[in-house]
Amino acid sequence: MQREVTFAGICGFIATLVLAVLILIGSRNLAHFDAALVAYTASILFATFGLTYRYTMWLQRPPTAIYWKRGWQTFLNRKYLRKNAINWLRHVTEDMALNRFIFERSRMRGLTHFLIMWGCIIAISITFPLVFGWLHFESVPGEMDTYQAYVFGFPTFTFASGSIFGFLIFHGLVWSAFITISGVMLAMRRRMREEGAAALQLFVEDFLPLILLFAVSITGLMLTASYTWLKGYAYDFIAILHAITVIITFLWLPFGKFFHIFQRPAQIGVRFYKYVGEREEPAICRRCNTPFTSLMHVHDLITTEKQLGYNYEMPGTSVEHYQWICPRCRRAMLALAQGQLWQRQLGGETPALIAYTPTTPSYVNPGIGEGPLGHEDAKNFHP
Amino acid sequence: MPKPERYEFFIDISRCIGCQACVQACSECDTHKGVSMIQLDYVDRSVSTQTVPVVCMHCDSPTCAEVCPADAIKRTGDGVVQTARKPRCIACNNCVLACPFGVPKMHNEMNLMMKCDMCYDRTSVGLKPMCASVCPSQALFYGTREEIERLRPSSHPINTFQFGQQMITTKVNMMVPNEPHVRLIDIAMSMEQAPVPQLLSDDPLMANLYEEQ
Repeated sequence: MQREVTFAGICGFIATLVLAVLILIGSRNLAHFDAALVAYTASILFATFGLTYRYTMWLQRPPTAIYWKRGWQTFLNRKYLRKNAINWLRHVTEDMALNRFIFERSRMRGLTHFLIMWGCIIAISITFPLVFGWLHFESVPGEMDTYQAYVFGFPTFTFASGSIFGFLIFHGLVWSAFITISGVMLAMRRRMREEGAAALQLFVEDFLPLILLFAVSITGLMLTASYTWLKGYAYDFIAILHAITVIITFLWLPFGKFFHIFQRPAQIGVRFYKYVGEREEPAICRRCNTPFTSLMHVHDLITTEKQLGYNYEMPGTSVEHYQWICPRCRRAMLALAQGQLWQRQLGGETPALIAYTPTTPSYVNPGIGEGPLGHEDAKNFHP
Repeated sequence: MPKPERYEFFIDISRCIGCQACVQACSECDTHKGVSMIQLDYVDRSVSTQTVPVVCMHCDSPTCAEVCPADAIKRTGDGVVQTARKPRCIACNNCVLACPFGVPKMHNEMNLMMKCDMCYDRTSVGLKPMCASVCPSQALFYGTREEIERLRPSSHPINTFQFGQQMITTKVNMMVPNEPHVRLIDIAMSMEQAPVPQLLSDDPLMANLYEEQ
């Protein structure tokens, strides 16, 4: 364990150092760094260390480590590389950008997540470069109404400050706050009204992130309201309040629910693993002789289980390892094992004496689309 | 409402009549509306009507949670192994393949594994799980140990299972006959076992069902 902790600590330190160097370079030796934003920078540097540390620790867990390795191996497999590249683009668009799988869970949940996610992405893509000094605006000499954007110290596009584009870009955080708050409100509504959610939700895990996002967004909007309509009334106080909410959110990033932002892309690796697995040799159930998943998956699970200290080996039998039995047969065997005990007590003929070849158990009601004969499991590579 | 700690889940597969009431009731649950978590299979429809209802056994050391690369499956303080956490589950299928009882269900469209959580919304406030509350033969029973002992004098609950060399203890109990006395069920012993044929199945089922009279 100590080795893993040290490795994760080193990775965290390197990532933080890289970001610090990039801030120095991007802000041209802090020439464009806004000293008022130093607390934000410090909290982001802390979050970078925390996130990298936790991510590295996570990647070192046996099941994650094997998926991480196999994910890359299956992606870079020459036979499938071209198709994988196309699929990568599709998964990034459908899963990551459009949250299609969340819309499948429920349209309202999908919309909620979509709003929160895009609100945060827009806000972060504006604030991070500004805070780090990677992006700043200067008036074009001789044209006081025209601004030029500098990225990493290099001059890029220009625009009129009074233009619609200028209005949209300077109020980017206002739009992102509206989008985020809409999503937060929908999420809060569900959490307060739905009995299912009420049974499982935890304050720290489920409410705190929403409260933080709301606090950041609303205090940000208050700043805009103060300087736009109230002649800067209580601006300093609101600015400090806003800074506190933002800093707490960043400090919280590695610990709570927000960590899923960094874990979630792993699902793309899993998709490649499944895609390649389905096209390679299958694993055959050693009870019913039916393919039930990829051979690679069974081998990997056996390795993982051993690493975790499980001992599902069945020495001296043709099965060798319990992992070679498909989930359906496992359920049937549970019934048969119990039945065998009853039979011992009650007597009677033992059907096992008659030559019997086990077949794949079938779901009682395939019509309702649940279970082994349903489309979910069919896609899941169950026959 | 305080949670009655004494309540336990008892499963007696041999009493199952395959009526599917549990499957339907399960899909009414608030935490997974419209989706049933019960696995109800015919053992071998060509030779027998024997059915097997499987709910999550809530292992003390849940293999599904341990092999989860996303750390999405959590066990509550009171020993209930919960369904995958929605933000974390990456639909890798490890849990589906690793569960020794064959419990988890994968929903690929949603990128989400869902499994029985013993109706946590109900049991955590003292109500029975949906399946146990509707099971007509009480193959799925939720109650106290005293109740089950009184109702089923010729059987007793055990919660230890052997899969190959791996011993698994669970929160959910399985009813086994008093004679021969066993302390664990060795699942591998049923590898080649045939399902109970129609004529024979009537015997243990009915005897067990009406054992009190």
